[in-house]
Amino acid sequence: MTDDKDILRDVWFGRIPTCFMLYQDESTEREAEPYYLLLPRISYLTLVTDKVKKHFQKVMRREDIGEIWFENEGTPLKWHYPIGLLFDLHASNATLPWNITVHFKNFPEKDLLHCPSKEVIEAHFMACIKEADALKHKSQVINEMQKKDHKQLWMGLQNDKFEQFWAINRKLMEYPAEDNGFRYIPFRIYQTTTERPFIQKLFRPVAVDGQLHTLGDLLKEVCPAAINPEDGEKKTQVVIHGIEPMLETPIQWLSEHMSYPDNFLHISVIPLSAD
Amino acid sequence: MSEAGEKLEPVLVASAPRFSPVVGGRGGGNGGDDTSEIGGGGGGAVAVGTLDATPLSALSPVAEEPAGDTKKKIDVLLKAVGDTPIMKTKKWTVEKTRTIQSLIDFIKKFLKLLASEQLFIYVNQSFAPSPDQEVGTLYECFGSDGKLVLHYCKSQAWG
Repeated sequence: MTDDKDILRDVWFGRIPTCFMLYQDESTEREAEPYYLLLPRISYLTLVTDKVKKHFQKVMRREDIGEIWFENEGTPLKWHYPIGLLFDLHASNATLPWNITVHFKNFPEKDLLHCPSKEVIEAHFMACIKEADALKHKSQVINEMQKKDHKQLWMGLQNDKFEQFWAINRKLMEYPAEDNGFRYIPFRIYQTTTERPFIQKLFRPVAVDGQLHTLGDLLKEVCPAAINPEDGEKKTQVVIHGIEPMLETPIQWLSEHMSYPDNFLHISVIPLSAD
Repeated sequence: MSEAGEKLEPVLVASAPRFSPVVGGRGGGNGGDDTSEIGGGGGGAVAVGTLDATPLSALSPVAEEPAGDTKKKIDVLLKAVGDTPIMKTKKWTVEKTRTIQSLIDFIKKFLKLLASEQLFIYVNQSFAPSPDQEVGTLYECFGSDGKLVLHYCKSQAWG
């Protein structure tokens, strides 16, 4: 049997083959070739696309270059969602490589946050970790850390250093032995079928009777639409990191092993098309 | 997300209960009845209904909240940090689907800050929720005593 720790590595090193193409209406001085890249699932689009940006800017005039943004079949992609979540949510049924359209003008103000610098990504990432720890440990663990530990979490993500990140992150995954889990599980459930950005509620990993809550329990309570009827046709997929975990999986285990580096479980509920 | 004052978000204007005629006037429909307020029963509902009908004000001072409308709206307590100006009205009733960005825009207008000035909002005096997060979600996870306490600051207060 493999060690559960191996799963942390598998999650960390998950990659999505991606083809970036310049939007047809962008003005260029010569033809823009597509650019291929393996995107880390756990990272953020604006953190790992410096090369993409340079590649397309080479063929563009300076005055035509505004803030870069990305689109998947008409949907602007939020840079502040992890890449793996964006793929699961918008493209998991598409063929690989994932085709992403690159824009340098007409920034969709209504749909996207601006990302003027890496510091903005860092601030967002750290805010998510702090929110997660507020749920898990009433912020005690993150507050006891030093500034340099916070920096190490960020640098670990930015430089794709698994050991560096986990040396600190394991502290965020601890809990008192007598509790059998975190205070609450940091999770967000996303659906493309609703206007709401995501579902996030208080959910304990352990039931009052001491039973471990499962992924199925969580969905039943906060997103019943995601559960397929037992005898009926399968209508939805529940996806984390590109796989469908069994609904019997304890949510505490998922939180410890399949959370993104921001310490949230990002769960996509995807409708299966009828045909 | 949109900058303060852009046409994408409704322009938020604070209106104390006594000044709700402004709101009613814009909203049309309930023209004359809009001054009814605390404990006004149906009248209260009219006032809030009027607020909903107009893009002018999506936030209302808490006194206008009629009983039974708890599903759509929550109470938010806004507290200033450091040398950021305080707001005379601290407690507001806000629709659950409002985003943090729209609250930021609202506070900036209320305090007459320049659009170029930054404003940060914090939950639990620890983290800054992302601008597209809904206040209703934050309330469910971090609310206490029936309200969500948010701190606001012109500079970054907590990491």
